[in-house]
Amino acid sequence: MILRPLAVALALLLAAPALAVEPEEMLDDPVLEQRARDLSAEIRCVVCQNESIDSSNAEIAHELRVLVRERLVAGDSDQEVLDYLVARYGDFVLLRPPVKPSTYLLWYGPFAILLIGALAVFVYFRRQRAVAALPPALSAEEEARLARLLDEAAAGEAGGDDGRGRS
Amino acid sequence: MIRRLLFLLPVLVFAVIAGYFLWGLAPERDPSDVPTAMLDKPTPAFDLAAVPGLDVPGLATADLAGGEVVMVNFFASWCVPCRAEHAFLSALAEETGVPLYGINHRDEPEDAVAWLAELGNPYQRIGADPGRAAVEWGVTGVPETFIIDGSGRIRWHHRGPLVPEIIERDVKPLLAALRP
Repeated sequence: MILRPLAVALALLLAAPALAVEPEEMLDDPVLEQRARDLSAEIRCVVCQNESIDSSNAEIAHELRVLVRERLVAGDSDQEVLDYLVARYGDFVLLRPPVKPSTYLLWYGPFAILLIGALAVFVYFRRQRAVAALPPALSAEEEARLARLLDEAAAGEAGGDDGRGRS
Repeated sequence: MIRRLLFLLPVLVFAVIAGYFLWGLAPERDPSDVPTAMLDKPTPAFDLAAVPGLDVPGLATADLAGGEVVMVNFFASWCVPCRAEHAFLSALAEETGVPLYGINHRDEPEDAVAWLAELGNPYQRIGADPGRAAVEWGVTGVPETFIIDGSGRIRWHHRGPLVPEIIERDVKPLLAALRP
C-alpha cells in the first residue's frame, strides 16, 4: 500500500532531467565526455535566449555540442574551447558573464547596494539611540503647564518679597 | 539642507527605473539580437565545396582576400526570410556590381538548385555548408550577410534579411566608402 507512493517519490527523486545530448554525439572516453557535458552547461544556445547547448534541441546547439567534443578530443583546454566560441559569438555565448570592467556593476552592484543598505540601517539605529538617550521632549500641553508654573513662581516670588517686607 | 536633498532620493530612484523601462520597452530594441563579435576580424578559415548540380564554383577563405570588396550571404532554400530578401539582394548586387558570394546553409542540393532556378541566381560563388562554416563565421541562423573588404577583413555583419531600409541606410554608404 505505502510502497507505491514511496516508489513514485523515489522515481521522481532519481529521475534525471531531460537532456538533448544524443547518443551518437557522445564520446567513448567517459572523462572527456563528462568534461564536454560540464562545459556544454556553461555555453548558451545562441538562438534560444536562456538555454544551454546541453539542454537545447536547436540545430546550432547540436553543432556546438559536436564542436566542443571535437576540440576536447583535439586536446583543447576548457578555457580554449570557451575562447574559441567567444571569438565568434562574443560574451553572449557564455551563460556566466565574465568579470571585467563592463560587468563590474553586474557582479558587484548587489553587494554595493547591500553595503549601502547596511550603512543606512546602522545610521538609523545609532540616531534612534541618540534620541532615546535624551529626555523625551515636552508635549504642547506640558509646555503650557510649565509656562504657567514658571509664571506663578515668578509672581509668587515677587508677592513673597512684598509680604515679607510688610510683615 | 541634506535632509531636504534626501527627499529627492525617491525621485532619483524613479528616474533610474523609468529610464531602464524606457530603454527595455523601446520598439527598436530586439532582445533576441545577438551581438556580433566578428567585426574587423579576418574572415575565418573555411573551404566549402560547390553545391552539386550547380555550375557555380565553391567558396573558400582564399577567395575573399583578392583585393576586392565582396558580400557573403548565408542562405537556405528552407528559409522564408531568405526568399523575402532575395530580390533586394539581387538588385543590390546588380546595381553596385559588388560580387555576391553565397553560403548555402544546411540545405539539400536539389532544393537549393530548384530554389535558385525559380528565383534566379545572383551569387558568383556558392559554398555548400553542412553546418560548421556557420559556427566559424559566428552565424546563428539564416539569412545573415557580411561585407568583406579587399584585405579579407569583415567590415559589416547583419543578422536577418536585408530589407531596402537597411540597404539604403547601412550597406550602400559602406560600399561607397570601401570602394573609392
